[in-house]
Amino acid sequence: MKSKYDIIVIGGGPAGLAAAVEARENGINNILVLERDVELGGILQQCIHNGFGLFYFKEELTGPEYAQRFINKVNEGGIDIVLDTIVTSITVDKIVSIMNTEGKRDISAKSVILAMGCRERTRGSIAIPGDRPAGVFTAGTAQRYINIEGYMVGKSVVILGSGDIGMIMARRIVLEGGEVKAVVARSSFPKGLTRNVVQCLDHYDIPLLLSHNIVEIKGRERVERVVIAQTDEHKQVIPGTEKGYDCDTVLLSVGLIPENELSKLAGVDLDPKTGGPVVNESMETSVEGIFACGNVVHVHDLVDFVTEESRRAGRNAARYVNEEFNREGEYVSFSTSGGLTYAAPQRFRYSNLPDKLDVFMRVDKVYQDQFVILENEGRELARFKERHLTPGEMVKITAPKEIFTGCEGKVRISLVPRGDKT
Amino acid sequence: MKSELICITCPMGCRLSISGRPDEPIVEGNKCKRGIAYAKDELTNPIRMICSTVKISGGIHTIVPVKTDRAIPEKYKFQIMKLINGVEVQSPVEMGDVVLENVFDTGVNVVVTRNM
Ligand SMILES: Cc1cc2nc3c(=O)[nH]c(=O)nc-3n(C[C@H](O)[C@H](O)[C@H](O)COP(=O)(O)OP(=O)(O)OC[C@H]3O[C@@H](n4cnc5c(N)ncnc54)[C@H](O)[C@@H]3O)c2cc1C
Ligand code: SF4
Repeated sequence: MKSKYDIIVIGGGPAGLAAAVEARENGINNILVLERDVELGGILQQCIHNGFGLFYFKEELTGPEYAQRFINKVNEGGIDIVLDTIVTSITVDKIVSIMNTEGKRDISAKSVILAMGCRERTRGSIAIPGDRPAGVFTAGTAQRYINIEGYMVGKSVVILGSGDIGMIMARRIVLEGGEVKAVVARSSFPKGLTRNVVQCLDHYDIPLLLSHNIVEIKGRERVERVVIAQTDEHKQVIPGTEKGYDCDTVLLSVGLIPENELSKLAGVDLDPKTGGPVVNESMETSVEGIFACGNVVHVHDLVDFVTEESRRAGRNAARYVNEEFNREGEYVSFSTSGGLTYAAPQRFRYSNLPDKLDVFMRVDKVYQDQFVILENEGRELARFKERHLTPGEMVKITAPKEIFTGCEGKVRISLVPRGDKT
Repeated sequence: MKSELICITCPMGCRLSISGRPDEPIVEGNKCKRGIAYAKDELTNPIRMICSTVKISGGIHTIVPVKTDRAIPEKYKFQIMKLINGVEVQSPVEMGDVVLENVFDTGVNVVVTRNM
């Protein structure tokens, strides 16, 4: 490890790896990737199921296979990799402080790429009453135990949350000989992908209890029983519907939040809607020369999109180091309404736009047959047809640069049902 | 016999309601004809990918992930897990290395999915 780099990438998951490779392809040969784990690949190493890479590689890979392809590329040279090392702070001047078994150290960079991923919400963030016995895990922690460390978390399991991780773990536990009593979801529709409901739950006869919640966890030392009840449309428990389920383990799959302690230390502005940094068309944060990509920016459901976004960050960090960045003109920001909860990137400078800009969004509930409409000061810029939108799947539009010619202030993005002539 | 299936060929996730003979099902609720093909396959020859782990010695972890290199008939899903759980390999292994060959005479192999 040197004391100065052109680019330092923080996090060796798919985001960090793709950004590092792309920066190298764009002529930078002095790159450092810092990873706190003992190996590269990030969360993908524990996602041993298949379903990755359909968009990017046009084939269906498992998480470790997807990671391996990028690890092989990173190892082709020009990139220093330092494992088992945690980044403890970053300054506006791009001094990166690290800590490992050899001690503490500061390294400096011309540009920094934030790729720290996200972390799971825990029991504290959802508050289930009852005892505090052993046997309550987040789904991701359980995934790590079973798929990397090699031991089962329990024999009979109840899972709270219908996100993808919970459903994937339900199947995994059943395949390993455990029993999943139920997947319990507070919402009236599954939060994760339909294909996971079918492939992970239906195919293994695991009951999915929609509009239900765990109201109590019982057990002295280990979980012994949970009480599950139906909920109404306001997610309030309906009295008299409580039912007990014997189990020794509860998994919580109740959402992910971008990991931004370091971003805050660097003075990067965060977007309350995404929980991640506000980024521009180049994936640059509010601090010049600090870029961000992957789950640290907003929680992605497909790693393929993480890769695309991270290549954009890597390419632009290289342009920044090579002083090719264009900062002419004012920012135009996206504002979302009508069912769309956020847009990333949040803003752009027209002068610096690529030929086509990908914008990622999420919806608040299920919609059929919609237009995503972009407007600036009452003028429609473009509309995109969408047949089916669900909160579990990110919406992506690819907007040609030309449509933004002459835009000022805010570009409003909203959903309008097809058929409505507006 | 009437049954329900969700087509997962595309993100629409149409709810299919099926009656008639399995090899010539009468499908309702499909928004396109791929739904019929999906229902037919599911009723006559359902297949599944199986992903799991096997024991490894000498690696940075004690287990290494594996998968079936193609989908296997669904009826073998628990039997193949028994075989997989009996496998033990020695580091180093490379992505694609075969750990079980031609399981149940299906022509499907179980392969390692990372280097370790
Ligand atoms: C359980 C689960 C199942 C999924 N299933 C699918 C699927 O089926 N199909 C699909 O396409 N996508 C899936 N995804 C999504 C996909 O895996 C993620 O979107 C992707 O891994 C995000 O990549 P990342 O690099 O941003 O984050 P991560 O993979 O989380 O990598 C971040 C890395 O940064 C490191 N790091 C963090 N902080 C520091 C620090 N301070 N110092 C040093 N290093 C640090 C971490 O150790 C980690 O290695 C799944 C995600 C999860 C969590
Ligand atoms: S029937 Fe057609 S539209 Fe409906 S989910 Fe299947 S492939 Fe998609």
